[in-house]
Amino acid sequence: MTSNHDIAILGAGMHPWGKWGRNFIEYGIDAAQAALVDAGVGWRDIQFVAGADTMRNGYPGYVSAATFAQALGWSGAQVASSYAACASGATALATARAQILAGLCDVALVVGADTTPKGFLAPNAGDRPDDPDWLRFRLLGATNPSYFALYARRRMDLYGATERDFAKVKVKNARHGLENPNARYRKEVSEDEVLASPIVASPLHLLDICATSDGGAALVVSSMDYARRHGAGSPVRVRGISTVTPTFPNTVIEMPNFASDSSAALAPPALTFRDSITAAAYEESGIGPDDLSVAEVYDLSSALELDWYENIGLCKAGEAERLINDGDTALGGNGVTVNPSGGLACFGEAVPAQAIAQVCEITWQLRGQAGGRQVEGATAGVTVNQGLFGHGSSVVLST
Amino acid sequence: MSKTRTPALGAEGWFTEDGDAPALVGNKCISCGTVFFPAASFFCRNPDCDGRDFESTRLSTRGTVWSYTDAQYQPPAPFVATADPYEPFALAAVELPAEGMVVLGQLAAGYGVDDLSVGSPVELVVETLFEDDDHEYTIWKWKPAS
Repeated sequence: MTSNHDIAILGAGMHPWGKWGRNFIEYGIDAAQAALVDAGVGWRDIQFVAGADTMRNGYPGYVSAATFAQALGWSGAQVASSYAACASGATALATARAQILAGLCDVALVVGADTTPKGFLAPNAGDRPDDPDWLRFRLLGATNPSYFALYARRRMDLYGATERDFAKVKVKNARHGLENPNARYRKEVSEDEVLASPIVASPLHLLDICATSDGGAALVVSSMDYARRHGAGSPVRVRGISTVTPTFPNTVIEMPNFASDSSAALAPPALTFRDSITAAAYEESGIGPDDLSVAEVYDLSSALELDWYENIGLCKAGEAERLINDGDTALGGNGVTVNPSGGLACFGEAVPAQAIAQVCEITWQLRGQAGGRQVEGATAGVTVNQGLFGHGSSVVLST
Repeated sequence: MSKTRTPALGAEGWFTEDGDAPALVGNKCISCGTVFFPAASFFCRNPDCDGRDFESTRLSTRGTVWSYTDAQYQPPAPFVATADPYEPFALAAVELPAEGMVVLGQLAAGYGVDDLSVGSPVELVVETLFEDDDHEYTIWKWKPAS
């Protein structure tokens, strides 16, 4: 079935993740050129460039689409840059898709890249007492892992999850990442090694928490008509995109907030924010959890991957531990394979590139080009992540 | 000379030590009754309400633990460390039933994650967050209660 909302993925490209310490523009351009070559589309044929911004690299990062367009050589292409924290890549893809579906352009380039500092992601310098992201560090000392740990501890106290359950997620993803040339960490890890690593934010150990990385990812996307004219055969299609915000009152406390919304006057919605992210992409695409072969979820922590199993509909609340213990979500398991790329556990987070990298992985999986980490016979996949300040991000793809 | 006791920069007006017990101070939409912490500034954020007028409200001073963690490594600036070497502290997200909301805070000095479980009761206290030569900068914290 082809809906009139479909667009084609003609090309996918990445610059390997790492701590390279070079300018983010280099990673973006490497990824863009790889995607253009993969698509067989020339740079001068790109009509629209959607950039996912980085906040840590000065002005060029705030106008990323123009930055990448200039670096590739001004060609007169139209541009739009967007920022939605970790969801920026999906927002950039949604922007490109809207241009294509509106008939305003035929073929577009989507690029995100980042150069990150060492250690915890911290706010930009200077006193900003009206910025919640500054305030949570100053008043509470609440880092990103603090919030991941709150969710992890809740699984333990409510569902009986153990630190070993969380470690199993890391072990699975580390094994997947061995086969991914773009992954930063390609080394097998044991459960005991995870549990022996120092605790950062109880109950999460250092090896439960994703690092920050440099990296770049890019996609060449087009209308289905352009893909046919281009001789693309049966390209992987984007079937649905969700960039939803929460519905008030969101009673789950979210980074970087001090408090959840209040449900004193209005009852909470039927779906939590995280549940609603893929729900919107499933509804648009007509593809649901039962149709999936593969999922790329945002494992900022190993425990958070278990939350996502439930949020994207792989199982009911409290059942995710069973999936990881039964090996259902591992390559060759009985269920939907989760994070065959190795996930953030093997990549570390390169914020504006990450949601695009998720789509690159699903594209390669659906083309059967994922090598030693290939999910056999993959026909449909989903990506999901959540960006700071209320940004949902999910993309449903199929052959 | 004693130091001036004042809320930490950014938290002015967020809590009070006046009255019988310290309390967080938020505000409440006069039209729909939704509570906000920190206080809402301009518009009610209930999508079905167009209220613009709020009254100040003291939040419940007791609640139950929604979840909890600690910080075993020193957070980056603008966090201000109070001890050298760094001393870990704990955080609790606390459910306030009357307000239908969860509020994050550090755990009172001397308490850690072993003192809590999801659902256990806590109460609000005000303690020093950090000091300089002239000031004691204060903040709200959660303290395990019986």
